[in-house]
Amino acid sequence: MADLDQFRSETRAWLEANCPPEMRKPAEGEDDVYWGGRNATFKNDAQRAWFEACRDKGYTVPAWPREYGGAGLSPAEAKVLREEMARIGARPPLSSFGIWMLGPALLHFGTEGQKRHFLNQIARGEIRWCQGYSEPGSGSDLVSLQTFGEDKGDHWIVNGQKIWTSYADKADWIFCLVRTDKANKYQGITFMLYDMDTAGVSTKPIKLISGNSPFCETFFDDVKVPKSYGEDIPAYVGEINRGWDVAKYLLGHEREMISGADSSERGAGIGATLSRQAGGVDPVLRAELAMFDVDALAFSAMGEKFLDEVKVGKAHPAQPNMMKYAGTELNKRRHELMMAAGGSTALEWDSAETRGGAAPRNWLRTKANSIEGGTSEVMLGVIAKRILELPGA
Amino acid sequence: MPLYHTDDQAMLAETAQQFMAEEGAIAKQLRHWRDRDCKDGFGHGLWKQMAEMGFTGLLVPETDGGLGMGHVEAGIVLEEIGRNLTPSPFLTSSVMAATALAVASDEARGRWLPGLVAGESVFAVAIDEGPKHRPETIATRAERSGNGFRLSGTKDFVVYGASADMIVVAARTSGADDDADGVTLFAVPKDAAGLGHNSVRLVDSSMASHLTLDGVELDGDAVIGEVDGGRDVLNRVLDAGRVGAAAEGVGVARGAMDLTVDYLKQRKQFGRLIGEFQALQHRAAHLYSEIEIARAATTKAQQLLDADAPSASLMASVAKAKASRTAGLAVREGVQMHGGIGMTDEYDIGLYMKRDRALAEFMGDAFYHADRVARLSGY
Repeated sequence: MADLDQFRSETRAWLEANCPPEMRKPAEGEDDVYWGGRNATFKNDAQRAWFEACRDKGYTVPAWPREYGGAGLSPAEAKVLREEMARIGARPPLSSFGIWMLGPALLHFGTEGQKRHFLNQIARGEIRWCQGYSEPGSGSDLVSLQTFGEDKGDHWIVNGQKIWTSYADKADWIFCLVRTDKANKYQGITFMLYDMDTAGVSTKPIKLISGNSPFCETFFDDVKVPKSYGEDIPAYVGEINRGWDVAKYLLGHEREMISGADSSERGAGIGATLSRQAGGVDPVLRAELAMFDVDALAFSAMGEKFLDEVKVGKAHPAQPNMMKYAGTELNKRRHELMMAAGGSTALEWDSAETRGGAAPRNWLRTKANSIEGGTSEVMLGVIAKRILELPGA
Repeated sequence: MPLYHTDDQAMLAETAQQFMAEEGAIAKQLRHWRDRDCKDGFGHGLWKQMAEMGFTGLLVPETDGGLGMGHVEAGIVLEEIGRNLTPSPFLTSSVMAATALAVASDEARGRWLPGLVAGESVFAVAIDEGPKHRPETIATRAERSGNGFRLSGTKDFVVYGASADMIVVAARTSGADDDADGVTLFAVPKDAAGLGHNSVRLVDSSMASHLTLDGVELDGDAVIGEVDGGRDVLNRVLDAGRVGAAAEGVGVARGAMDLTVDYLKQRKQFGRLIGEFQALQHRAAHLYSEIEIARAATTKAQQLLDADAPSASLMASVAKAKASRTAGLAVREGVQMHGGIGMTDEYDIGLYMKRDRALAEFMGDAFYHADRVARLSGY
């Protein structure tokens, strides 16, 4: 315990010295977030300083081992760091699908060579990754994917199309689910890694109702994907034709992340803030806010419980589905109420006061929460079958 | 503190689960006493058995002969009571009255606690003065009289009041009806002169009194805590009751859901098990989510109460509101998914609906507590 106290005071001092004041408040819009990558630019000096300090300390991925670019923190130390960062409102130094999605998969399924090669790049923000899962027509029925990799000995020739590929137009590499055996639905998918600059890869942004284009259509036209990038660095994670195991593992992570279980802000009540901002709300809206706060504070306790249970392996394997379902439905309600409390100000699509229409754009963006990463209906189906063990289909 | 049960608590949960499923089961307790039109509405034999298990004195300090445990442990027992719809004075006696008595004089603790621990006494709590829970307003008066007090007023929804050996009464010793100060708690023995009951059976077959206090004469040692300074104790009693009712509500929700999910797996319609229908699967899965969340909120509130944390009161209201709404959803979905059979007295699901309604009102409904969450949050 004394060690942890010491770690806390050291961490506090380090953050004080290294986290610029500008980085101690939430990012203003998506272009204010640093995603790394080959073509990355910093929005300002503070963003660069904060990222570089964290990168050098291993704090972009604090809990990963040092040899893979992390700081090798124990779970208790990582928690202290999170708490201390939250205390001063420090934003994450690097946002990255490499950190959130591919990293955990490589840590679990990767070869030693893959870990050294890819994890260090991810930790240092050198490669920006995108995720090639969904396909037109497959939606939440992910396993029905059709993108096909034809085996050519030392490489595959990949043809097909992905959709909802987040930031594919800005990504350097893709981790991609490719069918390599047409006869076997579940055991015929390979989890491949390849460069988006490879000949035959093209992307097209999809403009959304929020006015933003975070998602793309991604096309593969005779893309040549080698099977290996060097000794002990296969171009696929896990085994050939067993990529579904990796995908399922990753979906668990994604669902947990989208649920907001690890974010205290997501679970917090909003009634007090919104009532103040609105200069007093009418009684019916106040009642809605109060019921929302009840649900949000209760969900916050659930998030805490879930993480406690995950730590000791007590959580049901399908519990992330429940967290995803409940967390995203709650988040949609939160933004509905923020729009209602904001009144006409919240309607402003593009003004300085509204930071470029953050409220309506975020409100619209949240509607995807219960679609992406598996719809609420898919989550409910999983709960029904795997937890309640209801029959059929 | 992690939000799951420690090994000791898990053991208690297993014991309580087994005990209530066997001894507190619906056929053996609720239906049995209801069908005999029992004036108490619960069985004293079971109360005695609960004492043998150590349950009755869970929250009583070891120095007073109890187990000295906390609200997490009491909640474990309450969830099983809820799940089996076991009629029992546990919540009013072992949780609420025990919380009040914790600040009582040595004499009062010596007079009342041994009976509670032994399962020989049951207690009630008289707070409400109307059909809705409004504990901010206390109109019942207690005037000084000789060495003691004279209590006058009426109290409603005094659960198992007519069967209680002692009733904890919140009365006003000074100030206006809605003043925070000037409230005092009294331990009123059942044979006090001037104490009257109009006892009625409620929808869930439990018994509750409309209490009349017609110049009830009490000695000075009937006072629990400080004269005029009872609001803090009352708030503790209320929070204990809210969190306890939330735990029982989670149990009711769980019991109703289990019954319903079992039914979905057995009942065939249109040549298929109805549990195969997506419309029902999704509603059942939603209900499961709500129950898990309500349980987490309740456990959190129990832990905060045990730690005497400042946020305990807010979380107590969150837990009561969430559990009430969740149990309400569970029983409505339960009856609906059972179809016609769910409307019959023979099937248990309707009993869950009745119990939920009574429990929802007890210690304030979801509207009251959502409003309280708003006020405590500053809006």
